[in-house]
Amino acid sequence: MPDLAVVHGRSPSFYAVFDRKEDGDPGQTHYCPGCGHGILTKLLAEAIDALGIQDRTVLVSPVGCSVFGYEYLDVGNIQAAHGRAPAVATAVKRSRPDSIVISYQGDGDLAAIGTAEIIHAANRGEAITVIFVNNAIYGMTGGQMAPTTLVGERSTTTPWGRDPTVHGYPIRVCELLATLEAPVHIERVGLGSNRQIMAAARAVRRAIDNQVRGLGFSVVEVLSPCPTIWGLDPVEAQTFVRDTMPRTFPLGILRDRTATAVPRPPLPSPPDPAELPGILGLDGATAGTTGGRAGGPRHAGADHRIVAAGFGGQGVQVLGEVLAEAGLSAGYHVAWLPSYGPQMRSGTSNCHVRLCGGAVDSPLVSRPTALVALNQPSLRAFLPRMEPGTLVLFNADAVPPDGLPRGLRIGAVPATAIADRLGSPRAANMVMLGALLEATGMLAPGVVEATLQRMVTDPAWRDLDLAALRAGQRAARRALPATCLHRTAILGAPGPPGPGPRPS
Amino acid sequence: MGAQLIKGNEAVVKAALLAGCRGFYGYPITPASEITESAARYLPLVGGVFVQAESEVAAINMLYGGAAAGVRVMTASSGPGISLMQEGFSYLAGAELPCVVVDMMRGGPGLGSIGPEQADYFQIVKGGGHGSYRNLVLAPASVQELVDLTVLAFDLADRYRNPVVVLADGSVGQMMEPAAFPAPRPVPEPPPWAILGTAATRTNLVNSIHLDPDRLERHVRTLEAKYRRAEQREPRWDGWRTEDAEVVLVGYGMAGRVLRAAVEAARRRGIRAGLLRPLTLYPFPTAEIRRLAATVRAFGVVEMSTGQLIEDVRLALEGRRPVELHTRLGGNIPTTEEVLDFVAEKLAGAGAGLEVPAHA
Ligand SMILES: Cc1ncc(C[n+]2csc(CCOP(=O)(O)OP(=O)(O)O)c2C)c(N)n1
Ligand code: SF4
Repeated sequence: MPDLAVVHGRSPSFYAVFDRKEDGDPGQTHYCPGCGHGILTKLLAEAIDALGIQDRTVLVSPVGCSVFGYEYLDVGNIQAAHGRAPAVATAVKRSRPDSIVISYQGDGDLAAIGTAEIIHAANRGEAITVIFVNNAIYGMTGGQMAPTTLVGERSTTTPWGRDPTVHGYPIRVCELLATLEAPVHIERVGLGSNRQIMAAARAVRRAIDNQVRGLGFSVVEVLSPCPTIWGLDPVEAQTFVRDTMPRTFPLGILRDRTATAVPRPPLPSPPDPAELPGILGLDGATAGTTGGRAGGPRHAGADHRIVAAGFGGQGVQVLGEVLAEAGLSAGYHVAWLPSYGPQMRSGTSNCHVRLCGGAVDSPLVSRPTALVALNQPSLRAFLPRMEPGTLVLFNADAVPPDGLPRGLRIGAVPATAIADRLGSPRAANMVMLGALLEATGMLAPGVVEATLQRMVTDPAWRDLDLAALRAGQRAARRALPATCLHRTAILGAPGPPGPGPRPS
Repeated sequence: MGAQLIKGNEAVVKAALLAGCRGFYGYPITPASEITESAARYLPLVGGVFVQAESEVAAINMLYGGAAAGVRVMTASSGPGISLMQEGFSYLAGAELPCVVVDMMRGGPGLGSIGPEQADYFQIVKGGGHGSYRNLVLAPASVQELVDLTVLAFDLADRYRNPVVVLADGSVGQMMEPAAFPAPRPVPEPPPWAILGTAATRTNLVNSIHLDPDRLERHVRTLEAKYRRAEQREPRWDGWRTEDAEVVLVGYGMAGRVLRAAVEAARRRGIRAGLLRPLTLYPFPTAEIRRLAATVRAFGVVEMSTGQLIEDVRLALEGRRPVELHTRLGGNIPTTEEVLDFVAEKLAGAGAGLEVPAHA
C-alpha cells in the first residue's frame, strides 16, 4: 500500500463541478459547514486515487445525508433504499468480482433499519468495504434519535435525553460485528482532530485496499460531526467527536485478519451455452436436441382421471409420478398434481394424475375414473366423489362391508402384505400400480416396467418395484370379478351399471 | 425435440437459465422453496451467482444490485415474502432496473396457509409499493407456460427496464407436466447503462431520487409513457371457443385450467360458453374483453381470491355487460362441477335482454 501523503487540491475522483446536483451551487457540496460527510468523501476520493481504482469503484449510497454521494464521487454510482446497501453491494460484487464496491452508510441506515443486511453481509464475508458514518443522530430527517445516540443526548424524539431504561444504550456496531468470524478488518476512527482524520484516512484506505487484494469484508466506523443537528459550531462539534464520543465508542482496530484471510474463490468459468441442456438434465427437451417424449394422438378420446391417496410415506406421489412418466412414454398427454396444503390434513397425501388422448384441460381431478386408496381414511375421503361404474382399489384384505356407494367396481388388494412378503412394505405403492394397470389396461405393463428401469437407479429397489408391479397385476385378477377387468370393461367407455363418467 | 415431465418449480429455474439468467437471490417459503433450491443447485454450474438472502427484503435489494450490474436476475417467493419485497419493487421500477420475480401465491392474509390462492393479485398487478409504477405481470397456467412465460419475462424486463412478475397460484409450481424448453441463449451483453466497475461505465448512475419537482414529474411521465406503450403492445391471452360464445368465463392460472374443462362441460349442456384466460394481467387484455362484449351476453369471473381479478374485468367492460363472480379460497381450487353450476345458475340467463352495444 502506498504511503499516506497529504493531498493538496482536488482528487481526480472528486468531481470538479457537481453537475448532478439538482439545486444549489454546483461548486459546493450540499453538506453543512463542518459536516463529517464532506471530510470523509474527500478521504474516500483520495484513497480511490491513491489505489488507482477510480474506474473499478462502485459506490453504493443508501438514504441519509450522504444519499447524494453520486454527486461528488466520479465513480460508478448506485443509489439504494434506506439500509439496504449491503444487500445491493453483495450482488454487485458477486456479479462483477473485479469491481471495488463501497457501501457508504449512516448510523440510522446501518444500525437501525439496515441491521439485518449489514450483519448478514458481514457474516457471509462479502468482499466489500463498508464506510459507516456514526454521527449519533438522524441528520437527513432533522435530528431524531439514532441507535448510536449517546446516553443523555437530546434529539427530537428523545426531548429529555436518551434514557437507557426507556431507549436502551447506544449500539456499538464494531463490537457487534466483531462477534462474527468472517470480517477481516473492523476499525473505528474519528474525525475529531487532524490527527484523528489522518488515522481515518489510513483506515479507509486500508479497508479498500483489502478488497483490492481480494480479501473479505472490511468495515470502518467513522465518528463524525453533525454540527447542524447537534446545535454546535463546527469547532465545538469536532471537539465533541474528539473528546466525548470515544468514551462510548472507543477508537481502534477491533479486528485484523488480513494476514490470514483466504480470498473467496473466483467464479468457475461459465460453460458454453451449448452445454446447458446437458447440465440442466434437459437433453432431448430443448430445441435443437433430440430424444425426449411428447403426447401424441395415439389415445384418441381417452380420459383417465386417477386419484392416489394414502398416508404420507406410503409412496402415493411416486406412484403418480411413475404413472405420469409411463403415460407420457406411451403417448398420452399427462399431468400430475400433488396434494400440498389443506389436502394434507391428518397426514394423508394424495395426487391427481390425468392421462388423456388430447391436451389436458384441468390437472385437478374432481371426478376420478379410478381411486387408488392405500389406507382407510383416504378411501373414506374420496369415496363420495366416485360415481357408479368407476374403479376403486383399496389396500386391504377385504373390502369394508358397509358404507359403500352402490355400483362401484371395487377391489381389495392387500398391497402392504404382498410388498412385505416381497421384501419391503414400502413397495406397496407399486403393487397398487400393478393392480391399477391390470384393472384398467390404460398402459401396457412393459411401458411401466421400462419407466421404472429408467427412474429407479438403485438395482435392489428396482427389482423389488418390478416384482411388486407384477404381483399387483396378479392380485387384481384375484380381487376383481372378470367383468371388472379391462378385458371386458375399459374405463373411459360407459361402464355398467351407471352412467359414464362425467368430465372432471 | 420432445418434452420432459418436470415439476413447475424446477422448470422455472431451467427456463430462466436458458434465457440467460445468471443471478438468483432468494429466501425460502412454501410453495416456492423448490425454485430457490433448484437455483442453488444449478446457478453455480452455469457460472451464475446464487445467494440465500437473510430475508425477502434483502433478496429484492440483491436483485437491485445484480440488475444494476447488468445481470439477468431473478427471485421467487410467495405471499408473505412478496409483501416484504414491495419496497424493492418500487425502487427497481423507479430506477428502471429489469428483474424477474416469481410469485407462487399461497393463502392469506397473514400467515394464511401454504395452499394455492390468487390473492396477491392486488399487490402485484396494481402495485403494492409506493409511487406511480406498475409491474408487468404474466400468468402461466401450465408447466409449459411457466417455461415460455419465464423466458418472455426476461425479455420484457429488459425491453421495458422494469420488474416483471410471473404470477401463479402455488399449484402451478407443484404440478408436473411435460414441457419443451427453448434452445439456450448466450448470456446477453450487459446493457449500456449498467455499472460494471469499468472505465466505460464509470459515469453511469442508477438512481430513483429526483428532488426537483419538474425533474421527478418528467421521470414519472417517462415511466407512464412506457406503461402506455406496454398496454398497446403486450396484452396476451388465450381465448377458447369465444367466437360463438354467449357467456365467457375469465380466469387465470389453475382456475383458468378448470374453466377450460368447464367450458366443454357447459357446451355439452347446451350452454355456449367460452374462455378468456389472460396471459398478461398487466397489461390486461382490456381491448379483447371489450371486443367480446359486442357479442357476449354475460361474463363470469372465477378466481381464488375474493374479487380482485374481477375489478379489471369490470373496468374493461365499463358496464357494457353483466359480470358474475365465483370464488374459492383457503387452498381450495374450484372444481369443474361447481363452475358448471355457477354458469348454469348465474350466467345462462344473464344479460338476456341487453342490446349489443353499437360502439363495442
Ligand atoms: C424506509 C424509509 N424509512 C424512513 C426514511 C426516512 N429517512 C431518510 S434518512 C433517515 C435517517 C438517516 O439517518 P442516518 O442513516 O444516521 O444518516 P445521516 O442523515 O445522519 O447521515 C430516515 C429515517 C426513508 N427514506 N426510508
Ligand atoms: S445535517 Fe448533519 S450529517 Fe447532515 S449534512 Fe448537515 S451536518 Fe452533515
